[in-house]
Amino acid sequence: MSENGNGKKELVEIFVDGQPVKVLPGINAIEAAKIAGKEIPHYCYHPKLSVVGNCRMCLMEMGTPMRERETGEPILEEDGSQKIGWIPKPVIGCSTNVSPGMHIKTESDLVKDCREGVMEFLLVNHPLDCPICDQAGECSLQEYAMDYGRGYSRYEERKNVKPKRTRLGPRVTLDDERCVLCSRCIRFGQEIADQDVLGFVDRGSFSTLTCHPNKELDHNYSLNTVDICPVGALTSTDFRFKMRVWFLKESPSICTESSIGANTTVWSREGVIYRITPRRNDAVNDTWMTDSGRELFNQVVADTRLTSFQIGGNSADPTASIKEATGLLSKGRTAVVASCHQSVEEQFITRKIADHLNSSVYIARHFGKGDGLLLSEDHTPNTRGAFLNGLTDSLPTEDLSSLAEKIDSEKVDTLLVCREDLTRVGLSEAQLEKVKLVLLDTQTSATASHADVLLPALTVFEKNGTFVNLNFRLQKFSQAVPGPAGLLPDTLILSKILSTLTGESFPDSPATIWKSLSQSNSKFKGIDFSSIPIDGIQLEKSAFDHIDFPEKQSLKYSPAAITG
Amino acid sequence: MPEEKRIILKYADEPGYTRDIDCYLEHGGYEVLRKSYKLKPEDIHSEVMDSGLRGRGGAGFPTGLKWKFLDRKSGKPIYLICNADESEPGTFKDKQIIHKDPHQLIEGMMISAYSIQAKQAFIYIRGEFFDGARILEEAIEEARAKNFVGDNILGSNFSCDLVVHRGAGAYICGEETGLIESLEGKRPYPRIKPPYFPAVLGLYQSPTIVNNVETLCNVKHIVEMSGKEFAKIGTPGNTGTRIWCVSGHVQKPGYYEFPCGGLTMGEMIHDLCGGLLPGRELKAIIPGGSSAKVLKADERFSGKLKDGTEFDWSIWDIPLDFDGPAAAGSMSGSGGIIVMDNSTDIVQALSNINAFYAHESCGQCTPCREGVQWMRKVTRRMCAGDARKDDANLLLSIANQIEGRTVCAFGEAAAWPVQSFIEKFKDEFEDYPANGSVSSETGDKQLV
Repeated sequence: MSENGNGKKELVEIFVDGQPVKVLPGINAIEAAKIAGKEIPHYCYHPKLSVVGNCRMCLMEMGTPMRERETGEPILEEDGSQKIGWIPKPVIGCSTNVSPGMHIKTESDLVKDCREGVMEFLLVNHPLDCPICDQAGECSLQEYAMDYGRGYSRYEERKNVKPKRTRLGPRVTLDDERCVLCSRCIRFGQEIADQDVLGFVDRGSFSTLTCHPNKELDHNYSLNTVDICPVGALTSTDFRFKMRVWFLKESPSICTESSIGANTTVWSREGVIYRITPRRNDAVNDTWMTDSGRELFNQVVADTRLTSFQIGGNSADPTASIKEATGLLSKGRTAVVASCHQSVEEQFITRKIADHLNSSVYIARHFGKGDGLLLSEDHTPNTRGAFLNGLTDSLPTEDLSSLAEKIDSEKVDTLLVCREDLTRVGLSEAQLEKVKLVLLDTQTSATASHADVLLPALTVFEKNGTFVNLNFRLQKFSQAVPGPAGLLPDTLILSKILSTLTGESFPDSPATIWKSLSQSNSKFKGIDFSSIPIDGIQLEKSAFDHIDFPEKQSLKYSPAAITG
Repeated sequence: MPEEKRIILKYADEPGYTRDIDCYLEHGGYEVLRKSYKLKPEDIHSEVMDSGLRGRGGAGFPTGLKWKFLDRKSGKPIYLICNADESEPGTFKDKQIIHKDPHQLIEGMMISAYSIQAKQAFIYIRGEFFDGARILEEAIEEARAKNFVGDNILGSNFSCDLVVHRGAGAYICGEETGLIESLEGKRPYPRIKPPYFPAVLGLYQSPTIVNNVETLCNVKHIVEMSGKEFAKIGTPGNTGTRIWCVSGHVQKPGYYEFPCGGLTMGEMIHDLCGGLLPGRELKAIIPGGSSAKVLKADERFSGKLKDGTEFDWSIWDIPLDFDGPAAAGSMSGSGGIIVMDNSTDIVQALSNINAFYAHESCGQCTPCREGVQWMRKVTRRMCAGDARKDDANLLLSIANQIEGRTVCAFGEAAAWPVQSFIEKFKDEFEDYPANGSVSSETGDKQLV
């Protein structure tokens, strides 16, 4: 690799079907062709896994500029251009790394013939399952069959018969007949999840994917194998046979499981979420996410979900509830309990409310075990947001015992609690009895049963907003499904409370809140909500170098990099 | 009648010659090893270069050049592996050496290991050769006791250990990168080249040389007689002797060691093997193990040799060396000559070969895994009485879709027989009798 004076890698020029294109040195032909706008079809190659070259779908023609063996002088054509030495046999694109002046052909007759041949071979023993296959609609085999399939079959022999529903683990079911033996799932376990569970047994056309003896595919990253399976062999046991993928709406979201902030896609239809899959972001989660993070959408329809505004335990309409809440907050000696589960916008208004009421802000920590990969030690998505918003200038406390003391000493008699069950963070139900309590939350809890005013909140899937992840990356999530009927966005509820308290109108949607936020907070200066890119914005983090954040090494995070 | 010239098998079949080390020493064994260790490693290498020795495993790649590709700058250990996974149908030469003269192989290996400076050497032996494995292990222990193997060999400061590793019964383990994977304890999936050229990234990602049994034995004789003398045996570019294994419809099948190009196919079959069985006529010969392209009895082969001389041969005129069978459009491969007379049902013969390759395809890459199995199913159906006029073209098309598109050379090994059988016996495939019965292998016509 060549570097110029600035330490930047110099691009190399290659030729894809005769078209010059400049690419980073060392990338393979599939990625280089992509830059040139040409797709080289492939099954076994995955940008985040090692290269094995077994599917042979990416066969292409390759040649390099010829030189005299003795002198190193370029050999020229009659027209003066350098002669290209074409390799007589097709080569695979995945293991062919670019070199200066390299030529590749992705559209020649030979290349087309290679792809058609591989396609035909892949289909001879593949079942005609598409009408009942979960992968249909997002299947590489279907897509490339449209491009390179014959449209009819020359295969008149019996197809191989293999098991149709093998349980590989609690969340993954294998349909062996559909497997094209690309080994992506095996490599994922070995190289990413560090769980070497899967392997092939038997030989040739009868090769079969299976778990190693006495093991099963039960680690917390098992569903990534379903994502990267290019065909319908590995299926999610939960999603299996539930929905055709082409009916599903895709909404970009952010995983709230931990401060990693894995980028996700939420797949829904008619207001119901069917699955969550990772969305590629090379700065955050590559193309992976945890199994546990995919199950978080169950909170949307949980039995414990709060679905109505309540005053004193009785249903009330939103306007009355907000008015009642405002009344309580303005009259009492109020403290505010904010949360790292709140979005940046919600935290911003919460800060404003606290400022107006001149009240202290309390935040409880939710730290736990990390896995060194994509589950960090901070099990909330937006601790960095709380710092940036000035809700706190030190790490959240282990519990809220200082608040409990204030209540006992009657220095606080009213609470605004956002997204927190106080009984789990150091307060007793007796203490809750002593105060007027306004609660904004999504799920019922011991705290909820003591609330004087209950303001039902929306889950991350039902609203728009932003979180700041452990690397201080500002990331946007979008509403995937509407919330339960009659519920309002958290920002709107908080904004109404603030407006009522101050008598001034205040913006109530993320887009309008950001106009105010970017003006009033220098750390967010110049950011416009609508123009936050899909893969986020890296914020300046040096102001927080002195904070001893709890996260340890993970896929894209290193504590040393933060602390200097 | 051409005279056999035995170098490798010089003593193997001599009455009273046994495989123990005492007998070997009485016949001058390990003297060359003594001589070698007084030479510089690079001197041995240049002798091997001078000898023009080509690999006896199948591809015929120059051995000295292979050694030259070794990555010596990496600082990683260098490994020597003897490929004793002799599995090509029609080939049984390495087995003779292992069973009858194991110390010759050990001596050849220890000289080679010294030359490439490998501190650890392996003999990867075919799983079915359990006797061979035991014989080699006993021989290594004998050699170790006499300090021909192990630490400070013969008082020098060179140490090299030698280990026998048994395969588990897969043909693909004879492919050198598949062999390396297997030796590492994995499934023998051949590696992609680039980047995994064994001389750079071989066993344990270290530089590795993999040579055939016969090749490594030859190294001993090269050092003994000097590379230049060795190069005088045979013909230019085809030096030394080769052990040919003849099987099939001949009176005296067996193994015969001759200087390369020292005799023709006709001399081999008629003079040495006693000709065909009484009353039979030749139909076809496969000259280099079952993966080599078949040669038809009445074919004429003409063209120009590498040195420019023109040739016009019948099947009997083909010289038995590396380049002769190659000039005739096939290859000398591993030296397994399979003779088929006119009693052979050519479709059944191909079906047999297809069954072998379908069974042995490792399943790693798509064209081989699916294509070879498909070809097997077609020829099996034909033999079961459900042949169709188009089957020949179908088989040819499948084979063409495999050749040159797989991870390793197995694709060619499986495609070449089909291509050549159909090209040369197309009428027999197209007119193959169909008795109207539907075999158990084929059911109703199915879509896709």
